[in-house]
Amino acid sequence: MMEDIASHIMDIVMNSVTAGAEHIRIAVEKDPQTAMLSLTITDDGVGMDPDTAQKVQDPFFSTKTGRKVGLGIPLLKGTAETTGGTFELCSTKGEGTTIRATFDCRHPDLPPLGNIRDTFFVLIVSHPDVDFDLHYVVDGKDFRLDTGELKRELDGVPVNHPEVVGFLSKYLDEHL
Amino acid sequence: MNLEELKRIREKAQKDVELRQKQSRVRIVVGMGTSGIAAGARDVLKTLVEEVGKRNLADVVVTQTGEKGLASQEPMVEVFEEDKPAVVYGNMSPEKAKRVVVEHVVNGHPVSEFAI
Repeated sequence: MMEDIASHIMDIVMNSVTAGAEHIRIAVEKDPQTAMLSLTITDDGVGMDPDTAQKVQDPFFSTKTGRKVGLGIPLLKGTAETTGGTFELCSTKGEGTTIRATFDCRHPDLPPLGNIRDTFFVLIVSHPDVDFDLHYVVDGKDFRLDTGELKRELDGVPVNHPEVVGFLSKYLDEHL
Repeated sequence: MNLEELKRIREKAQKDVELRQKQSRVRIVVGMGTSGIAAGARDVLKTLVEEVGKRNLADVVVTQTGEKGLASQEPMVEVFEEDKPAVVYGNMSPEKAKRVVVEHVVNGHPVSEFAI
């Protein structure tokens, strides 16, 4: 259903936003030795109790209960596990949630990475109140951006201001 | 990050920040639930942000929401204008989003062929 990893990231991070997160860390890293790609998303949202954390991983749980979290988590879990990777969800109520998925880049069914640049761009500019700590370390690229730092420099000018949107767009084009 | 450039942007933008915070004339909301994203909502949202930025529409805000409950019509976009009924657009694409910015947001004529 999700055509690439970038769409999975977009979707999982939307859960963090819905959970009221103010700080979200997204790390995409590839180990050149093992060819394993890892995706880690950490938020400081409301978190889940152990029972809920288990249930959101089950695709058949959602329709009956009208939960807020959609099918995104089971979809990511499915992509990771069917392509020789792993999936892990750790959550503490009141503290936040960490989701970590790994993928074997040599697996023939692994979806493409997709447009990570657009996912980062859209997340930043459509959530001016959230601080994103972004890491992308793949195939010789080493991109890091902490929008909390950026906002301190902007001193009250929101990241979705047209001037800042233009700056960010150019910055991501040049560095990612 | 080029701090000089950021400083320049900050000084230029600070002038109209107050205006933006007071009241946005138009609010554009994109459905970014799982089904919306799977149907291409990210690129629609990106296009809207870029088009609004390009035209420097300081009184327009582009934002997102979760599931809209109409998965068959995703990606969906809602346009809220002051003192006017909201318009809901379905099956959106980046090309359609551009037309909505020009015809509806800038010129005030909802694009009825995309509305649902």
